[in-house]
Amino acid sequence: MNYCLGIDVGGTNTDAVILDKKQTIIASVKTHTTKDIESGIYDAITKVLKISQLNPEDIRLAMLGTTQATNAIVERKGLAEIGVIRLGFPATAAIPPYSEWPKDLVKSMSGKYSLVHGGYEYDGQLITSVDDQELRQVLANWRGKIESLAVVGVFSALNKNQEEHVAKIAHEILGNNIPISLSAAIGSIGLITRENATILNSGLCKIIQRVADGFSNALLKQGIVQADIYLCQNDGTLMSLDFAAQYPILTIGSGPTNSIRGAAYLAKKRDALVLDIGGTTSDIGVLVNGFPRESSKGVEVGGVQTNFRMPDILSIGLGGGSVVRQHDDGTVTIGPDSVGYQITDKAICFGGDVITTTDIAVRLGYVDLGNPLLTKKIDENLAQKASAEIKRMLETAIDKMKSSAEDVDLILVGGGRIIVHGDLAGTSHVFTDPNGGVANAIGATIAQVGGQYEKLYQYATVDRTKAISDATMLAKQQAMTAGAKGGSTEVVDVEEIPLAYAPGNTTRVKVRVVGDLA
Amino acid sequence: MRKLGVESIQNIAIGAALMGAGGGGNPFIGKLMAINAVRRFGPVTLLGPDELADDAVVSSPSSIGAPAVSLEKFPNGCEFKLSLDKLQEVLGKKISALFPVEAGGINSMIPLIAGAQLNLPVVDADAMGRAFPELQMSTLVLAGHKICPIVMSDEKGNLVVINTDDPKSAEKFARAITVQMGATAQSASDTTTGKGLREDGVTGIITLCESIGKLLSDINQYDNVNDALQALLDLTDGYRMMTAKIVDVHHVTKGGFNFGTVILEGLDDDQNQVGKLEFQNENIVFQRDDMVLATSPDLISLVDEETLMPITNEELYYGKRVFVLGIPCNSKWRTPAGIKSVSPRYFKYDLDYKPVEMRIKDFLSKEMEAVQ
Repeated sequence: MNYCLGIDVGGTNTDAVILDKKQTIIASVKTHTTKDIESGIYDAITKVLKISQLNPEDIRLAMLGTTQATNAIVERKGLAEIGVIRLGFPATAAIPPYSEWPKDLVKSMSGKYSLVHGGYEYDGQLITSVDDQELRQVLANWRGKIESLAVVGVFSALNKNQEEHVAKIAHEILGNNIPISLSAAIGSIGLITRENATILNSGLCKIIQRVADGFSNALLKQGIVQADIYLCQNDGTLMSLDFAAQYPILTIGSGPTNSIRGAAYLAKKRDALVLDIGGTTSDIGVLVNGFPRESSKGVEVGGVQTNFRMPDILSIGLGGGSVVRQHDDGTVTIGPDSVGYQITDKAICFGGDVITTTDIAVRLGYVDLGNPLLTKKIDENLAQKASAEIKRMLETAIDKMKSSAEDVDLILVGGGRIIVHGDLAGTSHVFTDPNGGVANAIGATIAQVGGQYEKLYQYATVDRTKAISDATMLAKQQAMTAGAKGGSTEVVDVEEIPLAYAPGNTTRVKVRVVGDLA
Repeated sequence: MRKLGVESIQNIAIGAALMGAGGGGNPFIGKLMAINAVRRFGPVTLLGPDELADDAVVSSPSSIGAPAVSLEKFPNGCEFKLSLDKLQEVLGKKISALFPVEAGGINSMIPLIAGAQLNLPVVDADAMGRAFPELQMSTLVLAGHKICPIVMSDEKGNLVVINTDDPKSAEKFARAITVQMGATAQSASDTTTGKGLREDGVTGIITLCESIGKLLSDINQYDNVNDALQALLDLTDGYRMMTAKIVDVHHVTKGGFNFGTVILEGLDDDQNQVGKLEFQNENIVFQRDDMVLATSPDLISLVDEETLMPITNEELYYGKRVFVLGIPCNSKWRTPAGIKSVSPRYFKYDLDYKPVEMRIKDFLSKEMEAVQ
């Protein structure tokens, strides 16, 4: 038999599950996330293997969803010294790279950049061609001084030839081993935000290598020697370690995504809202055709505005450990502070002295946890008010994430899901599952391989059907590069966005595909 | 006279998004350019309209074209000087101060960039008191001032001078040249005198934008969002027309412009009410159930229900909770000529202009009748 091991590292817990070929859960475990992350992963693998009693050699696939990339940016640790080539001169000089970045973050990546001739107009014409001599000189100056290169060209979403040309020359001058991040593959329209994402991606090249090596070694040490190894991306698909080395930024946000995908698997739904209630926050995501809806707004990472794709998640300060307070005027409020992992010491039902949302659920008899008698000292009226407030907070958040006024199915997961009782307005059916607590690790384990391509087409000159099939073909190529089996790929999403004010009926076409692992 | 630094720029950008009445594009790129210019060349001098000599020559540098394109290809920075130098040459006069043509979007920021670069003061006045989509929609044009000569430039140093007496032709030529320059171009136009701007422009607008931005950045100093909203309404002489949730957004692009309809569902005190907002780049008509509460040229602006941050029309989506505000336009728009150039009828709605404060009064008295 072949088995599949999935691990998801969250802020509080590191979860692991093993599934068999039919995707039945064989074993699951929840362990604490450690400061170095790696020892926590090792610990989770050890425990889940032990519970499963499997021969480690029967594990043929291993997937990891991890927060290390985010941590590196937030803590400014282990980032590479990089150079940024922006193709766009004479345009775009009014805002140089790294504008309004946190200074310590710029410093940790050395802050080197050069604005050189190049870039395209909105209609695909050249702003100017690349000046090879100018470019070679810049790169020669950086020889031995940078560990990675970021390349961003004006309207490269339209045509990535210039960015690829720069990569070719850079390999000649800086060696074949230098990691190069091309912006066309990372972000969408919006030069500054795409450039920011590309710079961060470039800075993560050392971290991702460490993650990949650490995970491979941990598996080897456990005797898992036959497994193909993958990392989770934030769109619910996997990437090979080679692919991850090129696009480490795409691991950011994989946690909530895995949770949404795991929820979908447990509820056997392809379209629904997913509500993941943890200890401190509730995250709401939207499952569309089996995958999380992408955010249409930019995302801030470590104080930098970016526009790479991220799952559309709404977080509110309400979890199983959120603190409940009654005010002088009789109103009851909840959070945003939480007792977090100290819930087993601090909550009333566990003998503590802080009223948490979990205590409210125990007091009102929704759940049997700790010592229910201890919660009798909570005034029933206060408990009812708090319960109504929990319901109101969730209903408001659900309503914000819906894309139409119709009622939707809701899948409820996460350790804090016990605080919900009864119907929630705006939902037609609420699904729960006993394995809902490890939905994220399940999501990591069932991930497929995906590909995405985005390009501007002028429908005035290119037939719409032809434009979409062109973008689809390129997306499928990407999926196969990432490890998908040829022929297994299918389209999950086609998005067309007309650009206001631009002539020629210019439309941004984005195609997303997924396929099975080769 | 005072100096505008980075913090002022951030606040002005927020206020300009509100005064943009949904249009004018997101000021993000303009703001970053202005901050870079000020960091490099030092703060910009803001002149009160009264501090300007009657015969001082003043012009407006602005950006024209597709906001979506300028998010990707933005200026070199040299264009503003090129356009203004050429304009001085064509005029045969020296320009002594700059002003924004409109208070909304990226154009609220361009004079600050040019002012920092060229060490020219910026006057606390604009030609709209809000944002509008076309060049001839300005209080200066209403009073008979000329838009032309217009000098347009791009990052390659190309320069085009437009000279026509007809404001609508000027608009048409400028659009065509913009396309050739890569769908965005930098221009300088609307030259007038200190006296002309003081009398026929909308004065105090930059300070107003800055005050709005300051209020919204410091919203935490208010006990609750209602107090902050009241302060914002006091500052702008505005009205809260509805508390609502967006339930439908329909966008259409016609002739390069962005048209749309937004349906809103009332919340809190406004429950069971339906709002409808029509926009053509900027918001044009807002009605609640069957009653129209505000139309262009009065400002209809949406702000976030929690942060009160202004919402431009690219940021509308289902489920967003908003306050719909109505803000009286400058009185210069309320003349017969002003109404003719920017009333709902100009935007093809079968509807007469009536000041927002009168419409609100009618609405309230109807509500009172219903209660009695």
